[in-house]
Amino acid sequence: MSTANPTAKHNHNPRTAIILSILLAGLGQLYNRRYIKGSIFILLEISFILTLGEFLNYGIWGILTLGTLQGVDHSIFLLIYGLISIILIAFAIVLYVANVKDAKKDAIRLRNGEKIPTFKEAVKNIWDVGFPYFFVTPGLIMLAFIVVLPLLFTVGLAFTDYSQSNQPPRNLLNWVGFENFGRLFFETGGAGNNIWQDTFISVFTWTIVWTLVATTLQIALGLFLALIVNDPRIKFKRLIRTILILPWAVPAFVTILVFAAMFNDRFGSINTDILAIFNLSIPWLQDPFYTKIALIMIQTWLGFPFVFALFTGILQSISKDWYEAADVDGASRMQKFRSITLPHVLFATAPLLIMQYAGNFNNFNIIYLFNEGGPAVRGQNAGGTDILISWVYDLTFELNQYSMAAAITIILGLIVTGFAVFQFRRTRAFKEEEI
Amino acid sequence: MSQKAKSRLEVTLIYLFLAFMAVVIGYPLLWTVGMSLNPGTSLYSAQLVPDNWSLVHYKWLFTDPASNYLIWYKNSVIVAIANAFFSVVITSFVAYAFSRYRFVGRRYGLYAFLLLQMFPAIMAMVAIYVMLNMVGLLDSLFGLTLIYIGGQIPFNAWLVKGYFDTIPRELDEAARIDGAGHLGVFFKIMLPLAKPILGVVALFNFMAPFVDFLLPRIILRDPEKFTLALGLFNFISNQFDNNFTRFAAGSILIAIPIALVYLLSQRFLIAGLTAGGTKG
Repeated sequence: MSTANPTAKHNHNPRTAIILSILLAGLGQLYNRRYIKGSIFILLEISFILTLGEFLNYGIWGILTLGTLQGVDHSIFLLIYGLISIILIAFAIVLYVANVKDAKKDAIRLRNGEKIPTFKEAVKNIWDVGFPYFFVTPGLIMLAFIVVLPLLFTVGLAFTDYSQSNQPPRNLLNWVGFENFGRLFFETGGAGNNIWQDTFISVFTWTIVWTLVATTLQIALGLFLALIVNDPRIKFKRLIRTILILPWAVPAFVTILVFAAMFNDRFGSINTDILAIFNLSIPWLQDPFYTKIALIMIQTWLGFPFVFALFTGILQSISKDWYEAADVDGASRMQKFRSITLPHVLFATAPLLIMQYAGNFNNFNIIYLFNEGGPAVRGQNAGGTDILISWVYDLTFELNQYSMAAAITIILGLIVTGFAVFQFRRTRAFKEEEI
Repeated sequence: MSQKAKSRLEVTLIYLFLAFMAVVIGYPLLWTVGMSLNPGTSLYSAQLVPDNWSLVHYKWLFTDPASNYLIWYKNSVIVAIANAFFSVVITSFVAYAFSRYRFVGRRYGLYAFLLLQMFPAIMAMVAIYVMLNMVGLLDSLFGLTLIYIGGQIPFNAWLVKGYFDTIPRELDEAARIDGAGHLGVFFKIMLPLAKPILGVVALFNFMAPFVDFLLPRIILRDPEKFTLALGLFNFISNQFDNNFTRFAAGSILIAIPIALVYLLSQRFLIAGLTAGGTKG
């Protein structure tokens, strides 16, 4: 194909370039007569090995063994070094593959007789091709160390025996496989021995009920209010909307703590001021059932304004033509709602509504701030209103059952991933090719 | 019943329901204000409308030598400004690359962002604690800010990328013909046109340190380094009924500015969220 090209070098073999660049990054580039690029690559590889080689070696050893000398090796640090090593090696492999691909591409160009670019051209080329990578690098590095590495660490922890009675640096940790998950799901020994299984089942059930009921209520109330305020017969719309938005505008941690005081059994104003009129006194913080009712009511209070504001925006954007056409056809109000309003509203907000469910599933703040997951319940090591995420918090920071907490976190993560997959499917963006 | 009477009845019922909602919304908020004006510190003896109201708690927050309130305010503002600024910078870099360039790993990167934004920070708390301890950033506002900036990337990169996608590419091309490079397009086209969404990101990240108490609680130890949310939480987490009125006063002073900002910018916030959410 390039026989007509006088500068073509048929004896220049891309395969040689590939093999050389696999042996040592940059050698293939030197063979391709890209001397500056080759030297830079070699320099980078050598300095990578010299500065990080020992660390990587130590890290990999550390993550495999979690230490061998009791009292000297710190298993937790070793786990982190190991994960950092793996991330660094993954970066290095990506760069190495890029180096081999680059050597191959240049070799083919050289064979076909294309001119070797000058240094200036090469720099410009790197800037053009590499630009998106340069731009994502700061974000990517932060993401890798602040989000991804901690998540990997949690995954790792779930397969160790890190607990209150077995803590570094005094003790060494061991890899225990799926033992923690086994305890969570199947541990049914004698009396009181199946505390993990019992707790897991009751916490999990409440988490699901909580997510579905609280979120659906806040969405339903938000939708209902958006509809009635949007009614053309209603006046003072601006004022009404401002009042309805208020619970969203006030910081949630303040309102939750205020509610916690108001629901206080002995001197909270719900019991002493409001229910006293009916001669009632409800143990809001002592009885799990009532705590759950209170939590759902508070979350509805906190959550509806956002949905309300969201729906109000969408309702105002639905064209009047739809309704006029429906009126001509003699549609009832219910029919118009079901066939025009609801589809419009749900279509435009589906991803954000899914986020509402995911948000409540992990709504640590309200559970913890209202009653710290309590009241306590006999026969389980979580409070009566603990959801999975607040149970994880308790296990970690109160009971120091680190590896069990991590195992539950993995289960949480899998469920959250389910939400995310659902989100991908539902989001319009992913149905279109271009994202 | 005539059509007109029916309509009137409906409107009345709607107003009644809205009035009921106004009471339900207003009661806890006004109750907090009432508490903050009670002279005593005990929740038990506090009254919704105090007989002898006083501003003693507000005065205490600002003038008492034992009060760190102003220090907490300053800490929160510092973290908020740094968080808002660097979040916008880093997020817009990432979003620009993902919106305008096709590169290896782009698609998986987007999937990863969607997934990671759903994982709450608590899931990784132990590691964050241990790692900050290793690098000596535990109990420092710098460490806290760093975690905030990193943690917001997945959600906001996705939001800003969605907005960038709505800016017509013809503008980029026109700028390139005029000699703008990669950076030129970014600074002269994308940033100015994406001001609304960057405003949303800045606002969210400015607010985060004021309303989040969990991360500061795990990272900060020294009361002089607390942020507002953590400091206020500690007023009542220790002795619940002792400092509630003081907590109420301190809370009102942060709730009012934050609520004003939200009320004034709510249309803008919602528009930003739906734009990012539906256009992908």
